[in-house]
Order: sequence, then C-alpha cells, then structure tokens
Amino acid sequence: MAPSSQNVAAALAAVAREDRGRLLSALVRRIESFQLAEDCLQDAMESALVHWARNGVPENPIGWLLRVAQRKAIDRFRRDARFEEKVAELAALDDPAASEPAQIPDERLAMIFTCCHPALEEKSRVALTLRTIGGLTTAEIARAFLDREAAMGQRLSRAKKKIAAAGIPFAVPDESNWQERLHSVLLVIYLIFNEGYSAGTSDAAVRVNLCEEAIFLARLVDDLRPGQAEVEGLIALMLLSHARRGARLDAQGAFVPLGDQNTALWDVAQIREGDELLDVAVARGAAGPFQIQAAISALHVQGGLTGRTDWRQILLLYDSLHRLEPTPVVALNRAVALAEVAGAETGLQALDALSTALGGYQPYHAARAALLVDAGQRAQARAAYDQAIALCADEAQRGYLQRQRDRL
Amino acid sequence: MKYMALIYTDPTLEPAYGTDAFNEMMGGYFAANEVYERDGVMVSGEPLQPTETATSLRIRGDKTETMDGPFAETKEKLGGYYMFDVPDLDAALKYAAMIPGARYGTVEVRPVMELDG
Repeated sequence: MAPSSQNVAAALAAVAREDRGRLLSALVRRIESFQLAEDCLQDAMESALVHWARNGVPENPIGWLLRVAQRKAIDRFRRDARFEEKVAELAALDDPAASEPAQIPDERLAMIFTCCHPALEEKSRVALTLRTIGGLTTAEIARAFLDREAAMGQRLSRAKKKIAAAGIPFAVPDESNWQERLHSVLLVIYLIFNEGYSAGTSDAAVRVNLCEEAIFLARLVDDLRPGQAEVEGLIALMLLSHARRGARLDAQGAFVPLGDQNTALWDVAQIREGDELLDVAVARGAAGPFQIQAAISALHVQGGLTGRTDWRQILLLYDSLHRLEPTPVVALNRAVALAEVAGAETGLQALDALSTALGGYQPYHAARAALLVDAGQRAQARAAYDQAIALCADEAQRGYLQRQRDRL
Repeated sequence: MKYMALIYTDPTLEPAYGTDAFNEMMGGYFAANEVYERDGVMVSGEPLQPTETATSLRIRGDKTETMDGPFAETKEKLGGYYMFDVPDLDAALKYAAMIPGARYGTVEVRPVMELDG
C-alpha cells in the first residue's frame, strides 16, 4: 500500500528539520557551490514528495536525498560545457549498483566556519548560520529579526553570492587562524542567543527557539571539535542564562531583575550542567571571555540561590574581562559590580567616565538611575530613569523601568 | 583566484622618510615581498606616487574633461597595490595581512573578475 501523502510530508519535514544542515554541508563540499547545492537539495526534496508517495519512504531517507541531489547537480552541470570536469567527478561518486550511503560525512564544521566568516556582514552571518545549520526557514529568521521575509531572502542570497565571488573557502581554518575564527563563530552563536534572550518585541516562542538554536549550535561545535575551553564556556554561559528563562518576566510581562526572581522557577538541572561544564572548561587552563562571562553568570546564580552574591569575585572577573575586551559595555558592568563592593558613589564616578561612550545606551542610564537611588539622589535618579525609558525599545524592560521610576 | 589588495593609507600618519619607523616599514615591505616570492603568490605589486601627482579624466558627450587630483578627496588615499594569485580568500587575507600599510591604514581585498573566454 502506498504511504499517505501526509506521512511522506511528515517524513520529509523531519529530514528537513533534523538533517538539512548535514545534507547541505555534504553537498556544498561535493558541488563547491552554495547556491547550487541549495537548489539541488530543494529539487531532491520535491522529487522525494513524488517518489516516496509512490514507492514508500526509503530506508535511508538522507542517503536517498543526497544521491538524488547529486544527480540533479550533474544534470545542471551537463547543461554547461565549463563543468565537464565536475560532471565526471560527481558521476564517479554515484555508483548506481551501490545502495545509498548509510552514513554521510559530517561537513557541518566547515559549513559553520564559512557561514561565520568575518568577510560577511554580521547580521548575514547570523542569518546564514540559522538557515543552513540551524535549519530555520527564511520566514522564521525574518520573524525573529523583525524583518520582511523578502528582505531576509535578499540578505541570504547576497551573502551566498559573496561567498562564491570572493572565494570564501568551505573549510575549517588552520592552526594559524583557529582561535580568531573560532571566536567569530562563537560570537555569532552568542548573538543568536542574545537575540532570543532579550525580551524583544517578537513573540516568546520565537525567542525561546532562538536560544535553543544557539545552544544546539554551540553543542554541535563542541561535538565536532571537542576540548575547546571557550566553546564549553559559551555553552555554560548560555545554559546558566537560559536556566532562568521561566523567572525573567512577571505575569504582566515586565522584566524581573535577577535579585527579585523566584528561584523556584529556575531550571536546576540546566544550572548544574552549566556549572559542571564551566569547571571542565576552566580546568583546561585556556581562559577566555566566554568562560569569564560564564563564571560571572554562575556567581549571580549562586547568589540568587543562597541570598549572598560574591560581588568581590565578580568585580575581579570583570577586571579580567575588561583586560581581554576593553569595551565601554564591559566597563559599565564592572562599574555596577564596583558599586556593590565600594559603594554607590564610587560606582557613579566610574560611570561618569563612560558618559560620552554610552550616552545613547539604555542600560547605562538604567544602571546610573539605580545607583543614584542608592546614593539618595532621587531627583537625579528620576531624570536618569526618564532617559533610560526614552531609549528603551523593549516593552518588558520599559515596564520594569517605569515601575522603578514610579516608586521614587 | 586572483585578488587585488588595495593599500589605503593616510599620508600624514605614515612614517617620514629617513626615520627609524620609515626604515622599519620598508623592511616590512621587503620581508613581505620575500614571502610572496617564496610562496609564488604575487602577480604584481607597486607603490604609487602621492595623489598630488594624480590626474583624473572623464568623458561626457564627446568632451574629455581632465582634472587635477584623485577621484575622491578622502583622508586615506590609495598608495599602492598587490595582486595575488591564491586558492581562496583566506589565503589572500593571510598575505594581505603582511602588508605594512595595514598597520596604519586599511587594505581592501577584492577578487579579480574572471571573464570566461
């Protein structure tokens, strides 16, 4: 009996979700063209709808799709005399007598490095990584970034064109570039996470999905190239933040700062996994910004659970982070920790030095407002809250800031 | 693939002729050239005379307009170039990073368009 078209569609959807990244990576390796690999995979999926409905879902759907996509590529190459060599190469890979390969080589690490290449615009790196490895649709990515689908489609297509035209290699970088390029990959993953984590205007389901996608991507890098302290550090950092997702917003959807969160809503298993992974990372003796941020996050979580936050240790960690990444935003976080250790006045002085760099940055004014409250300067605190609220694009955050201001 | 590395620098920030910094910069160019030669990746490469020597022209209708000066008045000026023949962008970027001008200016790396004969 022929399988129902519903079953076929469900089987295909499952492959598209679970294995698209692996399939696409294997195809790009063989065809050496991003765009063509995508087109051929699309063709193969369309063929599958017909063939699988007629003959049943094959035992090894991924192998089937890889082989058919490869044949589609040969057909396309045949129409162009320039690709004679390529046709021969691909045809040699296709033994009609052999069954479909049960295992296809995992080329996803090369794919991740290509998608996160610093020669691409940052937002394009994020979109391309989500599309190719994460398996999100263009529409889903557009929704997550509040873009129109057409605009996101154009962005993806521009990025693929640049990869081809500029000769961005499909390869895992060698030793001389490894650290720098790995950091670029981890930054892209962390950007995806933060996009999901910031209580933005897109809906909650989309945001949680982005966080989980980021954790999936980091775990994938860790699986494909184990033993990298910064990869483990990033996973730990994301787990320690994601574990608190259930407590970050109150019933009205307003942001709840860590100190006021109901810790019963925290995901204890995820916190434990984050803590353990951080220990593993730190023991490797290769410190880096993600491990430091994870350690800070771990101390905050511990503080939430025990009621006593080790601000002295947090301040030391921010000092180390600032040495590695001397950015105004790190300096801002350091100033907040400093205020906890040395008092609001000292913290405010540190903030004053950042007023030019961060004058248009909402968290700067929010942090300043909170310290002004502690220092008893209520009028100035109100003004700082007003500035923060005016700069705030995020509804949950604005709700919180408004409430703090109204309390004064 | 062939890549053009265009070296843009602000002449006022470049080390002055005769100083130690200048000699160090020139040493950097010699060292880079040696690597390019050793690895067989350099198609060509030349420094350009300063933009005060530039002449720009355009043809509008049938009229050729000739003007003194570079195409665009910017602080960073095109001061020279290299053309590399390497397998991919990562290799091109690796060699471009050896150009001393990258330390105080910007090196723009562009693939050469391959025209199919």
